[in-house]
Amino acid sequence: MTDERQVSIHVPMLARVEGEGALHLRINDGRIEDLRLQIYEPPRLFEKFLQGRHYTEVPDIVARICGICPVAYQMSAVQALESIIHFTPEGWIRAMRRLMYCGEWIESHSLHIHLLAAPDYLGYDSAPAMARDFPDEVRRGLGLQQLGNDIISLLGGRSVHPVGVRVGGFHHAPEYEAVAALLQRLRSAQEEAAALIAWTAGFDLPDDNQEVTCVAMRHADEYPMNEGRLVSNNGLDISSEEFTDHIREHQVAYSTAFHALLNGQPYLVGPLARLNLNHDHLPADLRALLDATGIVFPSRNMFHSIVARAAEIYLAIGEAIALLDDYHTPTSPYADIQLQAGTGYGCTEAPRGILWHRYQLDDQGVITRATIIPPTSQNQARIEADLRHSLQHFGLQQDDALLRLHAEKVIRNYDPCISCATHFLKLDVTRA
Amino acid sequence: MQHKALPRVAVHKFTSCDGCQLAFLNLGDGLLQLSDLVELVHFPEAGPLDPGAEVDIAFVEGSISTPDEIERIQAIRRNSRFVISIGACATSGGLQALRNLADGQAWIAELYAQPEHINSLDQATSIATHITVDLELWGCPVNGRQVLAALRSLLYGVTPIEDHDKVCMECKRQQAVCVMVSQGLPCMGPVTLTGCGALCPRFGRDCYACYGPAEQSNTESLAQRLTGLGLMPADIARRFAFINNAAPEFAAAAGRYREKSDD
Repeated sequence: MTDERQVSIHVPMLARVEGEGALHLRINDGRIEDLRLQIYEPPRLFEKFLQGRHYTEVPDIVARICGICPVAYQMSAVQALESIIHFTPEGWIRAMRRLMYCGEWIESHSLHIHLLAAPDYLGYDSAPAMARDFPDEVRRGLGLQQLGNDIISLLGGRSVHPVGVRVGGFHHAPEYEAVAALLQRLRSAQEEAAALIAWTAGFDLPDDNQEVTCVAMRHADEYPMNEGRLVSNNGLDISSEEFTDHIREHQVAYSTAFHALLNGQPYLVGPLARLNLNHDHLPADLRALLDATGIVFPSRNMFHSIVARAAEIYLAIGEAIALLDDYHTPTSPYADIQLQAGTGYGCTEAPRGILWHRYQLDDQGVITRATIIPPTSQNQARIEADLRHSLQHFGLQQDDALLRLHAEKVIRNYDPCISCATHFLKLDVTRA
Repeated sequence: MQHKALPRVAVHKFTSCDGCQLAFLNLGDGLLQLSDLVELVHFPEAGPLDPGAEVDIAFVEGSISTPDEIERIQAIRRNSRFVISIGACATSGGLQALRNLADGQAWIAELYAQPEHINSLDQATSIATHITVDLELWGCPVNGRQVLAALRSLLYGVTPIEDHDKVCMECKRQQAVCVMVSQGLPCMGPVTLTGCGALCPRFGRDCYACYGPAEQSNTESLAQRLTGLGLMPADIARRFAFINNAAPEFAAAAGRYREKSDD
């Protein structure tokens, strides 16, 4: 069908995303002539601030890159720094790092599902508006978000910019009583998380399959959070040291965030990519819950991301229970290690996907160079590719308001963390 | 049930990590109660969009770091009865104000080499640098208790109480062991505003001043104590030049010790 109409859609401020972004879309003669996800959030130059700082200051600095996923930044940072002396945490420290990550996945995914994404599918402009008709569902979601926050606070003192993480482990071990109280809440939340999976799968999710390259971490024995190799459905299998051999960032004129490409092509990171590549590591009860939805994973429908998020909340609650079940207070919450000069690499699974860090230290323990590649700059090219595909599929003849809403839905589905993505304006930018 | 018009509230974001807006989004049930008490007319992350709306109370997160942000904050001042800046970025410029000190010209020359792409000021500054602010809530991040206390006070028509105590006072109230006395850690508690609940000392680590300077902070006395603990002038300068590096008291102390380290 030919559409002679000229359409220009401009969304100057995207609502219900983390940070500041805009969308420009120009359709001419039934074709998308121009499509730009513009990120205008001002750059904050973190990689520059890190230079000249002692390595012990890094966890407190990088947390400030993102209020929603500070734990991810702390986890990738300490892993990268510790890798300089080949230190790999074990036992209590390893378990508590995974637990803290569970907390952040639960918090971030619950926030995204309920406050940012679900209103799209149920026809509201905000969660408080949605709560008038869906009070129980919204309260359940806010309760799960609170549970995630409380796991982070258990180890970090507070959920935003937590203060508990240090190179070598933690500053403080939680007391047994606090753990026991949390464990009880986690057990009763399992049922809620199971209901959440069914609720999200019941949304009227567009049916829109796409060819995508998924990239996620993969661990031999477990669903990946802190450890593993980087793999894709197209044969990628690398260590975090090899990251920049395959993935390159480049600047686009209209955005303060970089676009990262895998061998020159867009790729997907985040919950759907993780679930697609690690389906075999899901516990049997979660697999049964997913089977009951009728959705088959691995899935190429990007809109299944919201179900993947709900599944990961369930998974993280189960993991947290297992990690706390036989909790004991350790002799020391950290290993007393001293770093030396060298280069370290770290990559962990932030709620929104892989988060890669590299640090160079001098012999005084001072950072001489830092590079951070957040998930949203990796997804940015994919979001644009998805928009081109989905809007075409949706029908460019649809009226402007519907096209705009669909475009916003596509963008929000990736849970872009725009504040994160713009904090890395480098000084070795490619000049146009 | 008939209500009279609810007070109108906006939450604006400038250059920041979004973490202080979470003081609202993490309220749980409180967030739903809040939307019964006030009309949230502009809060992009939560949904409502109306940046130019006239409001009774505007919460402002983030520092001013682009020319466009200067215009936006001035419009917000014109449209708002009370302006409350929340968090370190809004009250002191935040961590990103470190670029104000750095051998900035080199950075800025790089930035402005493509002015059509990146439009950035050479300084990241607090909200009060640009407009009159009615109340500042310090902290990186601020918490739900702080924003709700301020909002509740204003809804009752009373002036919000500002806490000027130091973290040390909070430590005593919490019966936390002093990490400076017991472990010799370079704790910033003696000069830092309370509000966090003395989280770091209670975790056995030194406070890093994320709530900014307390009233009448004796930065010089603390710096001398830190010297006594074995810190070099450059280390002391870095302690002050951190989350709230552009707060005047901390900037001055950092400046003095940076000079000493250059001697």
